[in-house]
Amino acid sequence: MRKRRDPIKDTAREVRVFRTRSLVAALLVLLMAGGLGARLFYLQVIEHDVFATRSENNRVRVEPLPPTRGLIYDRQGKPLAQNRPTFNLTIVRERAEDIDATLERLVNILGLDEAQVETFRKRSRQRQRPYQPALLMSDLSERQIARLAVNRYRLPGIEVEAQWLRHYPNPKIMSHVLGYVGRINEQELASLDSGNYAGTHYIGKTGIEKEYEKALHGQAGLRKVEANVHGRVLRELERIPPEPGKDVTLTIDTRLQKLAYKLLGDHRGSIVAIQPQTGDILAMVSAPGFNANKFVTGISYEDYRALRQNPDLPLFNRAVRGQYPIGSTIKPFEALAALQNGVITPKEVIYDPGYYKLPNGTRHYRNWLPWGHGRVDMERALAVSNNTYFYTMAHRLGIDAFSEFMHKFGFGEVTSLDVQGALPGVVPSREWKRKKYGQVWYPGETLSAGIGQGYWMVTPLQLATAVATLANRGHWVRPHLAKRVGEKEVEPPFPGTKPDIELDKERWWDIVFSGMRKVVSGEEGTARHIGVGLKYKMAGKSGTAQVFSLDKNEEYNADELRERLRDHALFIAFAPIDDPQIAIAVIVENAGGGSSHAAGLARALADEWLLSDEENTHQGEKLIEEGVEVEGT
Amino acid sequence: MKGLEWRRIITRSSYDMGRKRSIWTRLHLDPWLLLLLLSLMGAGLVVLYSASGMSASVVMGQVARFGVALTSMFVIAQFSPSTLCRWTPLGYLAGVVMLVAVEVMGDMGMGAQRWLEIPGLIRFQPSELMKLAVPMMVAVYLHKRVLPPTTRDLLVCGLIIGVPVMLIMRQPDLGTSLLVACSALFVIFLAGLSWRVIGLLAVLVASALPVLWFNMHEYQRQRVLTFLNPESDPLGAGWNIIQAKTAIGSGGIFGKGWGLGTQSQLEFLPERHTDFIGAVLGEEWGLLGMLVFLTLYVLIVGRGLFLANTAQDTYGRLVGGSIVLTFFLYVFVNIGMISGILPIVGVPLPLVSFGGTSAVTLLLGFGILMSVHSHRRLLPR
Repeated sequence: MRKRRDPIKDTAREVRVFRTRSLVAALLVLLMAGGLGARLFYLQVIEHDVFATRSENNRVRVEPLPPTRGLIYDRQGKPLAQNRPTFNLTIVRERAEDIDATLERLVNILGLDEAQVETFRKRSRQRQRPYQPALLMSDLSERQIARLAVNRYRLPGIEVEAQWLRHYPNPKIMSHVLGYVGRINEQELASLDSGNYAGTHYIGKTGIEKEYEKALHGQAGLRKVEANVHGRVLRELERIPPEPGKDVTLTIDTRLQKLAYKLLGDHRGSIVAIQPQTGDILAMVSAPGFNANKFVTGISYEDYRALRQNPDLPLFNRAVRGQYPIGSTIKPFEALAALQNGVITPKEVIYDPGYYKLPNGTRHYRNWLPWGHGRVDMERALAVSNNTYFYTMAHRLGIDAFSEFMHKFGFGEVTSLDVQGALPGVVPSREWKRKKYGQVWYPGETLSAGIGQGYWMVTPLQLATAVATLANRGHWVRPHLAKRVGEKEVEPPFPGTKPDIELDKERWWDIVFSGMRKVVSGEEGTARHIGVGLKYKMAGKSGTAQVFSLDKNEEYNADELRERLRDHALFIAFAPIDDPQIAIAVIVENAGGGSSHAAGLARALADEWLLSDEENTHQGEKLIEEGVEVEGT
Repeated sequence: MKGLEWRRIITRSSYDMGRKRSIWTRLHLDPWLLLLLLSLMGAGLVVLYSASGMSASVVMGQVARFGVALTSMFVIAQFSPSTLCRWTPLGYLAGVVMLVAVEVMGDMGMGAQRWLEIPGLIRFQPSELMKLAVPMMVAVYLHKRVLPPTTRDLLVCGLIIGVPVMLIMRQPDLGTSLLVACSALFVIFLAGLSWRVIGLLAVLVASALPVLWFNMHEYQRQRVLTFLNPESDPLGAGWNIIQAKTAIGSGGIFGKGWGLGTQSQLEFLPERHTDFIGAVLGEEWGLLGMLVFLTLYVLIVGRGLFLANTAQDTYGRLVGGSIVLTFFLYVFVNIGMISGILPIVGVPLPLVSFGGTSAVTLLLGFGILMSVHSHRRLLPR
């Protein structure tokens, strides 16, 4: 222990201490200044000759060696994104004597229109440091290369460089999964690692290309070269080879993905299929797709405008950004919520006269079958998609307990691991409504919520994820698109996985599964037509989403308008029930209420995934062609 | 408060004590320091003209900024140290609040996290204010304590320094946060922090570094290595440093002449009129030019330390000393950076690099120093 200091300030001592300290500091300052002087002496006197030669014509140049971009494969090893060799036109501003004249000459030689000069001028300025080549034009034709070679002497600073260009073999089908690469723009340029991207002209803009940009891009190498005054390389002094980008293998199965895209046909819609145990996304389709290859070389203004103005919104990734009312596909989850919250037992029977009335209310909330289903227990309620039963469940649960349980299945949040741009959807609650609209919650809204209408919003990816978690009996695996990045397997457990859902009684899962099985295979099942000739046990649930208004600025003719006011058809399914291999969510926009369409699609996909070619009778496809109507909502 | 200060200037009332005061004391300026600063700024403008590619508008812009900075210096010199001491906590608190505001706005996704902006009116970097406010706040605290500081005092100082430094670090602006921390540590050093503690801290830091190193991921180590040795990344950060060294080295003893630096004029050199202006100086004016500037800087530091020593209270002494040492630290970091012995941090060459904010902060600091010197109560002989 030290003695306590004298609490009286000793000014004289402080002055003395300060004087000593500033003297020490002054000495240090002199020492450091001396150090700087010595360093400058070393650079400017001793090493002067070295630097003088180096600056003579700055003849030693460092050139980046861009890495080749990693390839993307599907789960079977089929290529989804490749590189093909192309030739690019670049300019080094410092070597072009009169840039404007050179650019104008260039446009004439290549046979382009005058507007192109301005584009070229803009692009010639896009670079990070002096003497870096700027990309003017990519994918030159043989003819253009030949013309450039002949006129080379008139084009100082212009180079033709060989480069790999991205190519997508199945551009439309995979467009929303893969995304695409495009020319690095000025904004991206500002935030990039300038060293690593010094020789790279392309960067992943959306989808997997963006998500795994870092791995796919690789590490740039470099070479030090000696060049003459005109920039011609004389010899290579040093070389660090680039480290190529890593290949990414996806969980997507091309066959399934192709079938899903084909099945949607001319409809707008989305299909997501997930392998429940692994969380592998087997198929993720948003229709219509677009030709991603057009974006690689720089899409033309007309093409882009056509895509933007297409009322079918091909650029919109419905699978992860399309938010739809969940409709009756909410019912299996709602049944579990009711069981877990103890507001019902599996055997309890509710009487359905065709409508439901709030205890003190007068308004009739209708079942879809006007004269009612009579006595319904849980399994039957699921099989026939009885509304009255689920109005009762929602009323007994109350919106808050209901919402809280739905969150456990990942509704209202983004649970995917590596899917770019995924949206969270909406899980309504009192709190949510007060924040969003500043309004109180009405009891009637709880009833609407009970049949998945009203404020609920889900994305197809979310719905498929919830079905996979359901099939897993509550075990959570985050859905993901990448199976392998380089040598590294992408495997669970993933960080940030939601906790598994525990029910008080394990057999409640079986009750709900059994009800969902009756949807497809029961006598009264709303989708019993797809159960014909089924070779495995399948659980399903149909749904209808009432259409909300589309973009107000869009113009439709009357026929189109009528078509676009039809309800969206939803269907969720997983199979086989005892050992789930696939969980599916299907949304077909404006296909009409509970049409066979969505259910048939799910059957066709499950058949494709679970059965061998000989076993597959393609019942699902037949149903779609026949257009059988499904009951219920 | 202000009125009182101004009345003192006009009536020469309370400080006279019967002695005749020079015009400089009445203006609260120090002629020698002012002369040195003006020479430095003048010479700096000459370099800037060449570094900006003979741009008169850049030079005129800089002159205007110097005008603002000199005015700020003159105004702040009129306030007595005791007034400054009273207002310091308020300035410090305002600074911390603004740093938090910047942080919150950054979280809200409003882009740049260093600037506080009232659109169309003012754009302001709170971390710049903290370069002065933090050391001044530490001095205010120590001013009231018995020196040398006790362990408890050091803990309080650590808190005063730590909060803003952390906030600036999160912006993220590691360079500035370290400089702010250093300027405050200078105050504690000058207050008489015992050599034992200094030694202990040095040992602690030295022994913590290897532990930290071995606990880092491979990619983090790589980042540190690139930071320490930019030449290993010749396409990114290394480009600047290679070009700067080439510029300085090729200048030789006498330089290539004003406006004749090939590296600088051919735009090999990046940021040549801001952070790397010293390389232009080295190329065009050679070792001699560099030494002239270094000498000017050392003289300013010498005069500054002398002025701080004449202060009559702890606060004035500590603040004055810290301002001067920080000033030299900027010089050392900048020249060390362009000559390739220190990693690259965005520190301008004081009063030479183009830019208004840093000039205002620096001259405000010297204004405080002059206030400390000129507000002494002279006792009759």
